[in-house]
Amino acid sequence: MSDWVEACAAGDIDEEDVMRFDHGGRTFAIYRSPDDEYFATDGLCTHEKVHLADGLVMDDIIECPKHNGRFNYKTGAARGAPVCVNIKTYPVKVDAGKVLVQIG
Amino acid sequence: MARGMVIIGAGECGGRAALALRDLGYDGPVTLVGDEPHLPYERPPLSKEAMASDAPAIKAIASDEVLAEKSIRHIHSVQAVAIDRAAHTVRLSDGSALPYDKLLLATGSTPRKLPMPGLGGRCVYLRTFADALAIRAHLRAGNRIAVIGGGFIGLELAAAARKLGASVTVIEAQPRILMRGVPAEIAEIIHKAHVAEGVDVVCGQGIASIADDGKEVRVMLAGGREISADLAVIGIGAVPVTGLAAEAGLAIENGIAVDAELRSSDPDIFAAGDCCSFPLAVYGGRRVRLEAWRNAQEQGALGARNMLGAGEAHAAVPWFWSDQYGLSLQIAGLSDEGRSTVRRDLSDGAFILFHLAEEGRLVAASGIGPGNAVARDIRLAEMLIGKRAKPSVEALGSPDVKLKALLAPERSHRLADGGAAPHLPAGILSP
Ligand SMILES: Cc1cc2nc3c(=O)[nH]c(=O)nc-3n(C[C@H](O)[C@H](O)[C@H](O)COP(=O)(O)OP(=O)(O)OC[C@H]3O[C@@H](n4cnc5c(N)ncnc54)[C@H](O)[C@@H]3O)c2cc1C
Ligand code: FES
Repeated sequence: MSDWVEACAAGDIDEEDVMRFDHGGRTFAIYRSPDDEYFATDGLCTHEKVHLADGLVMDDIIECPKHNGRFNYKTGAARGAPVCVNIKTYPVKVDAGKVLVQIG
Repeated sequence: MARGMVIIGAGECGGRAALALRDLGYDGPVTLVGDEPHLPYERPPLSKEAMASDAPAIKAIASDEVLAEKSIRHIHSVQAVAIDRAAHTVRLSDGSALPYDKLLLATGSTPRKLPMPGLGGRCVYLRTFADALAIRAHLRAGNRIAVIGGGFIGLELAAAARKLGASVTVIEAQPRILMRGVPAEIAEIIHKAHVAEGVDVVCGQGIASIADDGKEVRVMLAGGREISADLAVIGIGAVPVTGLAAEAGLAIENGIAVDAELRSSDPDIFAAGDCCSFPLAVYGGRRVRLEAWRNAQEQGALGARNMLGAGEAHAAVPWFWSDQYGLSLQIAGLSDEGRSTVRRDLSDGAFILFHLAEEGRLVAASGIGPGNAVARDIRLAEMLIGKRAKPSVEALGSPDVKLKALLAPERSHRLADGGAAPHLPAGILSP
C-alpha cells in the first residue's frame, strides 16, 4: 500500500497550479494550492479521457481544459457539468523538498 | 397540488434543466418531453472522432437510473404540439395534455435546408444520433463523401470520414471556410490541416445544381466542375425550432425572444439553448442566438433557477470549441465585436488572437493548437472578457506574462463551485 513515489520537486509547480505526472503506465495530476499545500488526483477527466494538467486551477477547483467540467482537487468531488463522476485522489506529502504521492 | 415544471426538448439544455431543478431542491413534478427516442444526449461527439469508432454509442447526459432516482419523468418519442397558455397546459402528439406551473422551451435548432431541387436520399443532414448512424454507414475506404458547407460540423465530419479512409471534398460557397465567427488566420490553419489530410477543399464556388439518383450524388459547381459522391452531407448552418412558440403567440426574433432571465413574452414560459435569442450583457445587451454546447448547458441551469424564481440575469461569456484531427480550436466571446487583434504565440505552433474593441477592451479570444494547448489561456481570457478588462497589448502579446496575473489582484472571478446552493426565494422549492 504505502508505496510513495517521487512526483517532482516542490518548486516545480507554481502556487495555484497543476502538473502532469506519469508513473508505471498511469497518469496523475499534482496540484499546489494557493495556500501552498500539495494534492494529487487521477490525471484524466472522468468525462472524456483528457489530461487535467492542461486545465486551470483556481482556489480548490481544477477545471478540465476540454469542456470546463470541474472537480475539487482536494476531495475529488465533481463540481460542475458535464462531469458527474468524482475523480480519485491520492495522499501527498512533501519531504526534503520533494513531492511524494502514495499511488497505492 | 402543484402542476409542476414541464420542459419541452430533451437535448443538452432540457436535460440539464431537469437535473438542475432537482439539484436546486425543487420537489414538485418535473416532466421532460422529447421527440427523439433516446435519453438526453450530447451532440458534439456526433461529428467528431467518436463517430469513427465501429459502434458509435450515445453519450447520455443522464441514465434512466439517474432520472428515476431524481423523479424526473422523461417522455420520449413524443412531440409537444400545442401550448394552451390560458389553461397552462401542453398538448402532446400522443393525445395527452400536461399541466404546468412554468414551462421551459428547449427545442434546439435544426439544420438549415439547402434550398435546391434535386436532393434525394443520398443528400443528408447531421443533427441527431440517427443522422450520425446513417452517415457512419457510408464512411469507409473507397467511398466518396461531399461535404456541402465549410462550417464546423461539416469540417469535423470531413476529418472523421478521412480517418475512416473515405475520400472527401468540402464545398464552400464563401471565399474561405469558417467565414462566420472564426478569424481568417485560424481558418487558414484548419484549411491546411484538411488539405494535408487529403481533403479537397473547394472555396468560393456556389452550387449550380445537384442531381441525386438515390445511388450517387452529382454536384455541379458554378465554375463548371462536377463532383460525384456516394453521399453528400449538407452543413450550411442551423435554424432555431420555434414553431410551437410562434403558434402559441410568443415573440420570435431570430429564435424565441427571451429577456436576460430567459423569460419569453409569457412570464410563465422560459426558453433556453439553441432555440432562443437573448440579450448578451457582456456586449451591452446585444441580442444574439448561440448554437453552442456550453451555452445550452448553462442556460438550461439558469432557466431552472429562474423557473424557481431566482431572478438571475444571464451573465456568461459565449464559449465554443471544435476538434479536427489533432487540432483543437476554442473561442471565447464573439470576435466580430473586435476592431484590432493581438497575437500570442504559445508552444507547438499554438496561438491565440485577442480581439480588442476600439477603447482597448478585450472582447473575444480565438485560439488554435494541438491538443488542449490553448485551453487555459482561452479560459482566462474568457474571465477577462467577463470583467470587461482592458489588458495591455504588450501583456497579451507576450506568452511569458501569465494571463492569471492580469486577473489579479482583486480576482473577483472565481470558478463557481457547482456544489454551492444558489439563493432562491423561500417556499418556491416545495410547491
Ligand atoms: C454534430 C454536432 C456537433 C456539434 N459540436 C459542437 C461543438 O464541438 N462545440 C459546441 O460548442 N457545440 C457543438 N454543437 C452544438 C451543440 O450540440 C448545441 O448547441 C446543443 O445541442 C444545443 O442544445 P439544445 O438542448 O438547445 O438543443 P438540441 O440539442 O437540439 O435539443 C433539442 C431537442 O428538442 C427536441 N424537440 C424540438 N421540438 C420539440 C417538440 N415540439 N417536442 C418534443 N421535442 C422537441 C429536438 O428533437 C431535440 O432532441 C454541435 C452540434 C451538432 C449537431
Ligand atoms: S473531458 Fe473533461 S469536461 Fe469533458
